[in-house]
Amino acid sequence: MGQFDFDVAHLLAGGLVLISLTMLYQDRLYALIRVFALHAFVLALSVAWQAAIQNAAHLYITAAIALVFKGIIIPVALHRIMVRLGIHREIETVVGIGPTMLAGIGLVALSMVVMLRVTAEADSLAREDLAFALSVVLLGLLLMVTRRNAVSLVVGFMSLENGLILAATGAKGMPLVVEISVAFSVLIAFIVIGIFLFQIRERFDTVDVGALDRFRGERR
Amino acid sequence: MIYGVACVIALVATVAALAQLTGERSPVSTIVLPLGLPWVGAHFRLDALSSFFLVVVDLGAAAASLYAIGYGRHEGEPLRVLPFYPAFLAAMNLVVLASDAFTFLVSWEFMSLASWALVMVRHRDPDNRRAGLIYIVMASFGALCLLLAFGLLAGPEGGYAFEAIRAAHHAGPVATLVLALVLLGAGSKAGLVPLHVWLPLAHPAAPSHVSALMSGVMTKVAVYGFIRIAFDLLGNPTWWSGMVVLILGGITAVVGVLYALMQHDLKRLLAYHTVENIGIIFIGLGLALAFQANGMALAAALALTAGLFHVFNHSLFKSLLFFGSGAVQTATGERDMEHLGGLIHGMPFTGFAFLVGCVAISALPPLNGFVSEWMTFQAILLGPDVAQWGLKFTIPAVGALLALSAALAAACFVKAFGISFLGRPRTAAAERATEVDRFSLASMFILAGLCLLAGILPGFVIDALAPVTQSLVQAGIPVQGGVPWLSIVPIAASRSSYNGLLVFLFITASAWTATLAIHRFASRAVRRSAPWDCGYPDANPITQYSASSFAQPIRRIYGTNLFRARERVEMPPPGDTAPAHFYLELHDLIWEWLYLPVTGAVCLLADRFNHLQFLTIRRYLSLVFLALITLLLALAIWD
Amino acid sequence: MLLVLLLAPLLTGFVRSVKARLLRRHGPPIIQPYRDLLRLLRKDAVLAHNASWLFRVAPYLIFAATWVAAALIPTFATGLMFSWSADLIAIVAMLGSARFILALAGMDVGTSFGGIGSSREAMIATFSEPAMIMIVFTLALIAGSTELSTVASFMLSSAVGLRVSLGLALVALIMVAIAENARIPVDNPATHLELTMVHEAMVLEYSGRHLTMIELSAMLKLLLYVSLIACVFAPWGLAPDGAGPIAYLIGIAAYILKLAIAGLLLALFETSIAKMRVFRVPDFLGAALMLGLLAMLLRFVSRSL
Repeated sequence: MGQFDFDVAHLLAGGLVLISLTMLYQDRLYALIRVFALHAFVLALSVAWQAAIQNAAHLYITAAIALVFKGIIIPVALHRIMVRLGIHREIETVVGIGPTMLAGIGLVALSMVVMLRVTAEADSLAREDLAFALSVVLLGLLLMVTRRNAVSLVVGFMSLENGLILAATGAKGMPLVVEISVAFSVLIAFIVIGIFLFQIRERFDTVDVGALDRFRGERR
Repeated sequence: MIYGVACVIALVATVAALAQLTGERSPVSTIVLPLGLPWVGAHFRLDALSSFFLVVVDLGAAAASLYAIGYGRHEGEPLRVLPFYPAFLAAMNLVVLASDAFTFLVSWEFMSLASWALVMVRHRDPDNRRAGLIYIVMASFGALCLLLAFGLLAGPEGGYAFEAIRAAHHAGPVATLVLALVLLGAGSKAGLVPLHVWLPLAHPAAPSHVSALMSGVMTKVAVYGFIRIAFDLLGNPTWWSGMVVLILGGITAVVGVLYALMQHDLKRLLAYHTVENIGIIFIGLGLALAFQANGMALAAALALTAGLFHVFNHSLFKSLLFFGSGAVQTATGERDMEHLGGLIHGMPFTGFAFLVGCVAISALPPLNGFVSEWMTFQAILLGPDVAQWGLKFTIPAVGALLALSAALAAACFVKAFGISFLGRPRTAAAERATEVDRFSLASMFILAGLCLLAGILPGFVIDALAPVTQSLVQAGIPVQGGVPWLSIVPIAASRSSYNGLLVFLFITASAWTATLAIHRFASRAVRRSAPWDCGYPDANPITQYSASSFAQPIRRIYGTNLFRARERVEMPPPGDTAPAHFYLELHDLIWEWLYLPVTGAVCLLADRFNHLQFLTIRRYLSLVFLALITLLLALAIWD
Repeated sequence: MLLVLLLAPLLTGFVRSVKARLLRRHGPPIIQPYRDLLRLLRKDAVLAHNASWLFRVAPYLIFAATWVAAALIPTFATGLMFSWSADLIAIVAMLGSARFILALAGMDVGTSFGGIGSSREAMIATFSEPAMIMIVFTLALIAGSTELSTVASFMLSSAVGLRVSLGLALVALIMVAIAENARIPVDNPATHLELTMVHEAMVLEYSGRHLTMIELSAMLKLLLYVSLIACVFAPWGLAPDGAGPIAYLIGIAAYILKLAIAGLLLALFETSIAKMRVFRVPDFLGAALMLGLLAMLLRFVSRSL
């Protein structure tokens, strides 16, 4: 594999991490969704690049799925949901942005250590890719943990899933069937969450998941 | 009188130590005096490390004595200071010269006690009494740790001379334990977080020249203790010891400067800055340990040089700043910045010297503080070559902490100088302030000059440090004296270089050119007028920005979690002319979470043991008997 | 050295006129800053009653420090005469010195405006300076040197490749540059509204020739950051050490072109964004700091690969 191929792949994967961090930084829902669309777009680019340098045609399909579903359909749908629910105010973060970003950096460092240590003998592209993918997954989780709004939970979940796809393409081996089923499961999850959102909204007049805790009688 | 003699002696000692350090590879001199323990004697040894620290100690001592010739006249009870002052100086010299565990510890304790007596000079103030109590407790704790460390080092054979300790091979858990104990012992003296609590209380309580000595010099003696044991006596560091020291140093640097930003007592602010600078020094030392463990001798030498250079620099500018604050105190009777302001008009010379100290401690070029931080940064940039993952992540994180602390220090000294010397006077005392005596001024200007010299000619200082690093990490960074234009090139010219002299000349030249050109070709007229007041003329200087309002943005950002800083504003309703109130609440979490539980536990234990005082004689006897039996049993089971 | 001095007001004037055009105003001509500076030079300096010597010396010192720092950056050719006398860290620190003195000067007269400006500037500096150092570290780790000339020649060579850390560093550097130059999302260079200003609040008491010096150093600082970004991330056209006059000419042309592009982008960015609250600035700069830290971490780790 040429140096240039490696560099581009590295850049794209690193870009994904960067965009994940940007999502952590965003505290407005619209901006968050736009950044998420960008995330999916870069993921599609990255997967397509992998397809090109690995000569693996099925990866192109993966890229296309990522682009169409996550880059276009889901953001548009989320946008509509938000318009209908009338929630475009600021997200209430649980922790401030500064500590969250710091935690994010810590997570990236952690995944670097873990992955680079475990995969000592794999080739360097796979190692970097896996490390970045793990960081994206962890950052997605962090996003879900630190936000209280259900929409941003969805976005966090989706970005987490993007990380999984990145890992799968880097490891050169996920069959197409698995890929498609993952995509569908995500879609179904999205639909479920969408319905769930409307339900919450109907019941509690808010999409703050804190309301659920209060309903269960727990102290926040 | 005493100060004059002390000044002359200290100067002679400085010159002698300097000659020893830079001289033509003069042999290491050792003396054994028939003092102290009969079978040990008192060993003294003057090697490169000792002579470097002797220079630091005696230079500081000479400056402080010169300052005190003038300053001491304002002392209310000179007899409480005079006897202890020479003892304190002598004890610090002895610590640096000692070459066996016994002499070292005795001098160390002597140093602690003498400085304690000096802290307690103004014992009528309850705050000072509290400071003295905390100081003596922490000092005993530190000495206890060092005692145990030396006990472990000497081993069962009791080789208390440093020669014997150096010859013995230390490894495994004993070495770990010794390092931890030294870190506690020397660290508590130097003021490593979280062992720093006594320092900002005790240093300001003493008279200013003694504060300068305690902050600028005594903490360096503690650093000397750490270097002597960790590098020289113990040897063969492990990589994680470097990591621990690095992390402690980084945390100390940032926490120290954040505490300093929250202060509005000038001397206490300076004392917290000592904590910060100790952190920077320990970052250098930790890097040196880490590099040495990885066999990177040159990098270790660079890091160690950076640390030692900062030791030297800090002793200069911290003494200078304490002298300045002492001068302010003499002139106005105030230490609280909120009662100062506008001093630059009444005390222009002190103001200038203090400004030089502020620029130097904020690590700004072309003064000396920048050079040592620059070298620390260069050492950090060699970090990726270490082998361990832990270090790979620690080193850049500590680099970020160091950069953060440098920026915060600059903010803090803008506040210190801006609030106390600039602006309009906030009290009548500040308005009446006049310049202090000549001796104090001379001492301050000599130190300011040295700061500038060390900043623009750092190559000579680095060369003087070469024998020290040579003896400790078996490498020295390349000789800087021969580099053209007197710049410093720690590794290679293509990698990094810095030329303080040229930077200084450039800045001076362009400032002069600009001034001359403008005064020649453009207007040079000056008109005086009232400042812009937005149409609300208000003569009250209280409307100025105060120390706590200056720190408000930084307090909101960093302090909300770290100090649990809470602000509360009480506004009277519109139409009501009652004054509004602003309440600020700060918590020292380290004190509340670490020390209060410990003191609580001690008190509880003391209460419990109190009952033992009221037993019958038979019970006492049975206690003694039981203890004897237990000891015998332990002995029987041991082998 | 003279080149940067001459070009600095031009860049500011250019940015201003592009901004005016974007707002469909006519705007002043590009050379207006020169006229402003000359006009200020001819006026008397008005000092407050209690201004000290520091207040009068400060403008020259600020100007000198900024000028020296700007002159040390390779603008159109690498290997300038004294470029080895200070590396990137020293340049950052020299700007720090300039800011230190400016903040003190702001507090000298003792009005609330000066205090507000100095206090906020100090707060911004506590973020932007570490972020800048992190960026310098990243560059130094990639190029193996903190010398700017060496970094620039390294960036010209083919050994660079695309690097994630470089991208992160670029984003962070742009953010820092915006904050340091008091441009729009952080501060507004055109406002005198007391609650929002930072830089202007500090220099409120200055007038006449002193104000000239301060304005000129602010312009120099903008030029410095643009040149820095151009020299590190777009080093094309830089004349190598000891090249002929034609290479130098090409270098100068390329440099001016780069300045124009950067000015255009800056004006575009400024018109398309709103100013943030002062207490949002730490978030913005904190993000720059984090990006710099991340870039450096990545370099530290991937060094072993």
